[in-house]
Amino acid sequence: MSVPAQKPVTQQAVNTRPVQLWVAQILAILRIELKKNLMKKRNIWIYLLAFGPVVVIALHVLLGSSDPGGLSEDTNILADIFQLFYLRLAIFFGCMILFTWLYRGEVVEKSLHYYFLAPVRREILIIGKFLAGAITATFIFGLAFFCCFGLMYAHYGRAGMAFVFSGPGLGQLFAYLGVTALACLGYGSVFLALSLIIKNPILPGAAVLLWETFHAVLPSLLQKFSVMFYLKQLCPVSLLPDDGLSLFIVITEPVSPWLAVPGLLCLCAAILIFACFRIRRTEISYLAD
Amino acid sequence: MISPNNQIVFENVSKFYGEILGVNRVNLSLPPGVTSLVGPNGSGKTTLMNLMTGLVQPTQGKVSVLGLTPDQPEELFRYIGYCAQFDSFPKGVTGYEFINSFLRLRGLSSQDANRLTWEAIERVGMTEAARRKVAGYSKGMRQRMRLAQALAHHPTVLVLDEPLNGLDPMARSESIALFEALGKQGMHVIVSSHVLHEVDKISDQVVLMSFGYVVAEGQISGVRSEVKEHPMQILVRCSRPSMLASRLFAQDHVVEAKLHTDGAGLLVRTHDADSFYKLLSQIVQDKEDDFKLEAVAPADDDVNSVYQYLIGSGGGTV
Ligand SMILES: Nc1ncnc2c1ncn2[C@@H]1O[C@H](COP(=O)(O)OP(=O)(O)OP(=O)(O)O)[C@@H](O)[C@H]1O
Ligand SMILES: [Mg+2]
Repeated sequence: MSVPAQKPVTQQAVNTRPVQLWVAQILAILRIELKKNLMKKRNIWIYLLAFGPVVVIALHVLLGSSDPGGLSEDTNILADIFQLFYLRLAIFFGCMILFTWLYRGEVVEKSLHYYFLAPVRREILIIGKFLAGAITATFIFGLAFFCCFGLMYAHYGRAGMAFVFSGPGLGQLFAYLGVTALACLGYGSVFLALSLIIKNPILPGAAVLLWETFHAVLPSLLQKFSVMFYLKQLCPVSLLPDDGLSLFIVITEPVSPWLAVPGLLCLCAAILIFACFRIRRTEISYLAD
Repeated sequence: MISPNNQIVFENVSKFYGEILGVNRVNLSLPPGVTSLVGPNGSGKTTLMNLMTGLVQPTQGKVSVLGLTPDQPEELFRYIGYCAQFDSFPKGVTGYEFINSFLRLRGLSSQDANRLTWEAIERVGMTEAARRKVAGYSKGMRQRMRLAQALAHHPTVLVLDEPLNGLDPMARSESIALFEALGKQGMHVIVSSHVLHEVDKISDQVVLMSFGYVVAEGQISGVRSEVKEHPMQILVRCSRPSMLASRLFAQDHVVEAKLHTDGAGLLVRTHDADSFYKLLSQIVQDKEDDFKLEAVAPADDDVNSVYQYLIGSGGGTV
């Protein structure tokens, strides 16, 4: 081991403007975390959840007719798949797996102290990790729904093309992708914050699921503390309450998208601010194991 | 006079983990140079290091490093490098990626990070293995890589929790030489160890810990002589205690030798446990004496025996 003269790096090469430094640090966190999120073996469940419907739709397309009359029916099927499967189950559980592990994973693998020992504000760490999770989840679920959408309309040929490019199709696609991103932000912040308080996310996760599912029966003030409250108002195609699921899709107090989007983002920001307070007080305790 | 900003200061610091005592009422002011924290398992060395680096917060009191507190992470952690006791890495990284990714996190450009990464890797002699996954490293290689990570950004305060663990004799002496050289350059090098003789030669000051308390602190010679002033009690169980007693009285470090009430043991008070242990092993090896040794143990559990445990090379047994 050789001993070259020590010259502190502290003055050299480190960006001095705080905002610049924070951006550089968030990018560095994203580089580390995105790779982990996309490659992690335990995240195979997220891929399965996301791409399951793609397989189902592929079968539906192969076996079903391509009669243009079925197009509007398929639009409703797609709306069902999005709201009942993606929003309520896949994105919910996907975010639960992904976001709780952002923090818990570091504790279980005993690597959190490397982050805590870097000259990075812990708030920046939370924001970086949250963004990494949000980008990963939005990418996976967005891509999966994009595939569903593409498959569903592609097999109608010209009629499908016309629906997408000259009709309401493209607008609906963007709306779906937007809602997907918002869902990932909303659920992501909830689960990230939960993982900072509680070790095992299963029980609180179940509580959140109940809350999100039955929020419609709550008083209107409490409804606003639910992610689903905002999301369902933003979906481009509303579900027909013709099945036993009417409880889940009843809209008690409609809110315009101009309120729903900022409302959700505020909820999300409030949860993240809580998480930041929490992480500042966090101690490394696994070192004593 | 050294300015206080050059020091690591503990002001009446206590840390409790719930009911469990980590460290209690620690007052320390560590100047630059090599400082050794020495104490048996659970004496609070890691706790003290974690307090210094903000990984845990004091229940009471204040800690500051070069005048900075862990509330200012962007400043403080530019100066600190900490190689923790825990042998863990982020999953799936290579040695190079491990060091490089945390340098990038400091806001360094990719070239600067790359240069510093290789510099640190070379410094611990891990160039060949740097591109391999950490999961395939041996214990000593992982230890060196973690040391490289703690060194990579040229900290002025280097905190190393049992850094010699798992190293072969060669790497051990290289590491010790490295710490000494860094201390001579005016850095703070804080090293922990179970036994003093491992690190005493390079230490500018030592902090002896026991059960969460700092029991002695200062320059090594001072601590040694402080210890010598306190005689230590040792209980020897053996076949011919009176013969042993007569041999011991010839030694000037032995203050007292008392036959145990049951006649099968000797209670010895000595200033120099090391010499006593040496003499004892001579007697045991000497076949003519027909002397059978059954057990040797420090007879009192007080601070003195801890001193002796820490300072003596025998560690309380022959
Ligand atoms: N996270 C924790 N939770 C509860 N108790 C803890 C925790 N960390 C340390 N302790 C307790 O604090 C005391 C001091 O522990 P510490 O790890 O500082 O000792 P140490 O001197 O580093 O020991 P070792 O030589 O084994 O590393 C011990 O009694 C230990 O059980
Ligand atoms: Mg320890």
